[in-house]
Amino acid sequence: MAPPSSRASGHSRKAQYSRFTSYLIAAVGAAIGLVLLGISLWQPATFSSLRGVAGDVGEPAGQAVAVSRDGSGTVLDRIAGFWNAGNQNAALRKELQLARIRLKELEATEQENARLKALLDLTEESGAPVAFSRIVGSSVVSARRFAYIGAGSRDGVQAGMPVRSERGILGRVFETGSSTARVLLLSDSESVVPVRRAQDDLIAFAEGRGDGLVRIRLINLGINPVEEGDVFVTSGAGGYFKPGLAVAVIHEVTDDGGLARMIADPAGTDFVRVEAYWEPETVEAAQQSPDQMLQGTNAPQ
Amino acid sequence: MINSDLQMGPRPKYSRRQINREPSPLLAASVLYGSIILASWVPTFLVTTSMPLVPPMGFLLLVGWRLMRPGTLPAWIGFPLGAIDDLVSGQPFGSAILLWSVILLAFEWFESRFPWRGFFQDWLASAIACGSYVVLAALVSGAVLSLPILAAITPQLLLSMALYPMIAAMVATLDRIRLIRIREIR
Repeated sequence: MAPPSSRASGHSRKAQYSRFTSYLIAAVGAAIGLVLLGISLWQPATFSSLRGVAGDVGEPAGQAVAVSRDGSGTVLDRIAGFWNAGNQNAALRKELQLARIRLKELEATEQENARLKALLDLTEESGAPVAFSRIVGSSVVSARRFAYIGAGSRDGVQAGMPVRSERGILGRVFETGSSTARVLLLSDSESVVPVRRAQDDLIAFAEGRGDGLVRIRLINLGINPVEEGDVFVTSGAGGYFKPGLAVAVIHEVTDDGGLARMIADPAGTDFVRVEAYWEPETVEAAQQSPDQMLQGTNAPQ
Repeated sequence: MINSDLQMGPRPKYSRRQINREPSPLLAASVLYGSIILASWVPTFLVTTSMPLVPPMGFLLLVGWRLMRPGTLPAWIGFPLGAIDDLVSGQPFGSAILLWSVILLAFEWFESRFPWRGFFQDWLASAIACGSYVVLAALVSGAVLSLPILAAITPQLLLSMALYPMIAAMVATLDRIRLIRIREIR
């Protein structure tokens, strides 16, 4: 199909000029876009307030969809349950008996645990969460990995706070709007989390790859002791994350560590919990430059 | 066979008896721009994926409108629509403003060189535009570029190239809604 004849400006000066003007505006728009892009790559937080407003506007719709997304899961489960009711009943009865036995065993262990802790004089330290929220959206189109949650600066959420699900760490807050916040997920290629192996103190960094996997990079190079199936947890270094939260399971061993799958997959996550910084002093210290710190502590002249 | 519909041109059936109606400019504009804005925005809260999987629907629809109905979108529309896309997509602010504007200008150039077109030529143009958009958007996204990330965008790349027939059908349907004759001529 040829373009409609009205698109051909012909000898009409007015049509020619208006067409030229629209090209000019488009070119200026592209140039402004280039400048804005440069600014946002250089200073990523520059337009966070604008994005915050857009996030807040979209939040009700995101919440509604999140609710129906969870609801649709249960409908399917119910239909599936209908089919398998008979043999599931028998299997569940057997499982229940086993579970009762295990429960008793665990009670015993718990008592022993409490006794030993009392001996060590340890107090259970679990900081109250800053906010609970659903995941209301994510950057499904972009090569960056962000999720949007329905809690923002109004609920006390601040940039840098860890975000976790019941399974483990999802990421940390990147920027906040008044009722929404953008979370940098573990799988984003800019995300780095200090971790250690769960069973010993093998220290590493968990770096996102952008494709859903996490690269575990050991700090001490040498013989790589990592094996498939090893679980890595947060080490608490850096002050953002509480130590001992599940991060990833090794899926493939490489020369300098391994490739790991995230334990808390954002796709399967419904509610998340925003927690306070583990050690606020460490976070503050890391944000200051060494010079400021020295001035603050009256360094010798 | 002489049919009144053929003589009057395509028009929805329910307006057949309402000859003093014309399309409303408000509806025409809001369906056009609203569909692109919604397409940028709605996918962000439908699923949470661990890799970029969903094709850039806002951009696909922009290209669809541009190819199916040349002249309805002004050449500079990449700036405002791209700005809205940037606010919700997770890309650094400015990336869609730049890329949408540049690609719309490229379409203007392309159209002045090759004025005659068919469906498959449109599909080819759309595939080139969408393919280069997905790759360029990943390049300027601020992500650390590596082989895995380029492998991760491949499904998105192929999907966005293959979706043109669906987008074209969508644009055609939206265009019919857009031009419903509901405004009464006095």
